[in-house]
Amino acid sequence: MALAEQIEPAEPLVRVEDLTVRFPGGRAGFWGQTELEVHAIERMSFEIFPGETLGLVGESGSGKTTAGRAVLGRTPVKSGHIYFDGRDITNIEGDARRLLSRDMQLIFQDPYASLNPRMRILDLVAEPLIVHGLVRNRDEAVDEVKELLRKVGLPANAFERFPHAFSGGQRQRVVIARALALKPRFIVADEPVSALDVSIRAQVVNLLQDLQQEFGLTYLFIAHDLSVVQHVSDRIAIMYAGKLFEIGSADAIYSNPKHPYTEALLSAVPVPDPVIQRSQKRIVFEGEPPSPIYPPKGCRFAKRCPLATAQCENEEPPLAEKAPGQFAACWNRN
Amino acid sequence: MEYPSDSTHPDGDEAPDLNAPQIQEEEKTSTFAKAKALLSELWHDKPGFVGFVIIVALVLMAIFAPLIAPYDPAEQSLRARLIPPVWQERGTWEHVLGTDHLGRDILSRIIHGSRISMIVGVAVVALAGGFGITMGLIAGFFGGRIDAAIMRFVDTIIAFPGLLLALVILAVIGPSMTTVIIVLALNGWMVYARMTRGIVLSVRQMPYVEAAEMVGGRSFHVIFRHILPNMMSPLLTLGVLEFARIVLAEAALSFLGLGIQPPATSWGLDVANGKDYLFVAWWLVTIPGCAIAITVLAINLLANWARVTSDPQEREKRFATSVAAMRRRKKSSSPAIQAAE
Repeated sequence: MALAEQIEPAEPLVRVEDLTVRFPGGRAGFWGQTELEVHAIERMSFEIFPGETLGLVGESGSGKTTAGRAVLGRTPVKSGHIYFDGRDITNIEGDARRLLSRDMQLIFQDPYASLNPRMRILDLVAEPLIVHGLVRNRDEAVDEVKELLRKVGLPANAFERFPHAFSGGQRQRVVIARALALKPRFIVADEPVSALDVSIRAQVVNLLQDLQQEFGLTYLFIAHDLSVVQHVSDRIAIMYAGKLFEIGSADAIYSNPKHPYTEALLSAVPVPDPVIQRSQKRIVFEGEPPSPIYPPKGCRFAKRCPLATAQCENEEPPLAEKAPGQFAACWNRN
Repeated sequence: MEYPSDSTHPDGDEAPDLNAPQIQEEEKTSTFAKAKALLSELWHDKPGFVGFVIIVALVLMAIFAPLIAPYDPAEQSLRARLIPPVWQERGTWEHVLGTDHLGRDILSRIIHGSRISMIVGVAVVALAGGFGITMGLIAGFFGGRIDAAIMRFVDTIIAFPGLLLALVILAVIGPSMTTVIIVLALNGWMVYARMTRGIVLSVRQMPYVEAAEMVGGRSFHVIFRHILPNMMSPLLTLGVLEFARIVLAEAALSFLGLGIQPPATSWGLDVANGKDYLFVAWWLVTIPGCAIAITVLAINLLANWARVTSDPQEREKRFATSVAAMRRRKKSSSPAIQAAE
């Protein structure tokens, strides 16, 4: 983690500027004359520096997965820009996009569904190499695949089996090996451990960290679980209802959160000590997130926020620097 | 979907690893070794093996029809009309399966008819299936306007009466086996297109398809490596069902005089011709009908085996069941072991 701080002043590897993603949300009106839009992400900006891990946290429907997919170009972007290594990749398509997949990869949430059940591990891990023409056929890829499997902690003889012979944790290791095959620089890990047993989550998270050290990877680590994110992230971004609410270094967010929503999230993290756990007050907010089709005019958290004022109802708070390197979108906090 | 492993088979004392589906061993790369392993696996799936044997026998019968058939299938003999099969009261060994209303030997007709029935069935399933599956894949994978265009076209063709289409084409081109195949294929590809599109839409949503796109796979690669293999089971089933339907559809066309022209013959044509004599001579319909049924059954058994074999998980399950059954047989057949336990 100290490494990341040294590099921090460098150029960001990934820069997202005013990213807005909207999905068609059906039609309204008597004749269906009004086209509705689901506001998945609204004007979101963040940067990820080389070698660091940005943890992206939010509840279901907050747009965190959509953000990850948008960065990888898997979702049409309404407006805004995504830069990778200084290059605008927002609207890149076709062969250029395919080439980009050598640099950016995705680790999926569900290792049970993200491996084709009819392909052997060898074929699965060699596939990226083959489709990019780095090897001619699977036989040429055997050595490289064995090496990748060793790196992710799978036995070398795993390569001739089918995915169903493996447990969830092992499958996730295969998924990771596959993502690493092209030697990418940037990996979006979309809730990589939430489908796994609690007992093996730590193993997979540690593996991801070891690989980061070894290959100098940059992660966008998406999760809904702050305790996992705390462990892996250099910086953390908090999302709510399609908006970025707070972003800052992991330590700052945990020790000194600026946004009331972040506070509530943190209070939900279990502490492995019953005495402390009981002494802590759990902050619970009433109500539900706003409708993504008809987002409120002001702050999206205003309806549930204990600090809400008339200003919050009417004006959207900008993401402002509340402490050095820590930004939060709240009118009532400094 | 496991077959009950039959306990009557005599090879129970064979070493279990001999019949292992070669899943764990990728070393045997020569085609011959692979074919041998596959055949061994087929041998251990008895229903599949029976189907395979019947199909091989039928194909050989069709190829060597003139050598096997005792009579010319078109040779009429009005004296020997409507002779029943040999096990009936008036049956003779001269016409083992009897004769039809024109005194033609039914056995010979079955043997010769297998040619056209099987060629038409296989050709139509291959043509209609190939075209329909391609259309369905394109529609389901690319979606949007391409999907709308293809599926509306399919709807239009389905709305058009098939028999009318057949009449028009056959009237223009003239009846022959090739025309029958083309007409039936034109009339039958839509069901493949619709079903394929439906499955593609669901398989397309699977994360492994997105994963394949994510690593940079082209559409072509994704379709043929990830989507198509994962829809083999329903498509195989559909193909087998369609084969039976096609054999009978050819019969319907032939019955109307638009299909196979005498003196050529097919199973379907014989079924159609024999209908009028159903109450006097049941064998005219029943025997070619049985031939169709046996063929379909055999294809079904083999297709079922192929379906399981193409799915690695099912294949391992089947292998495990067969090994377990073999162990059980061994145990019960040797009382010494039983006593020892």
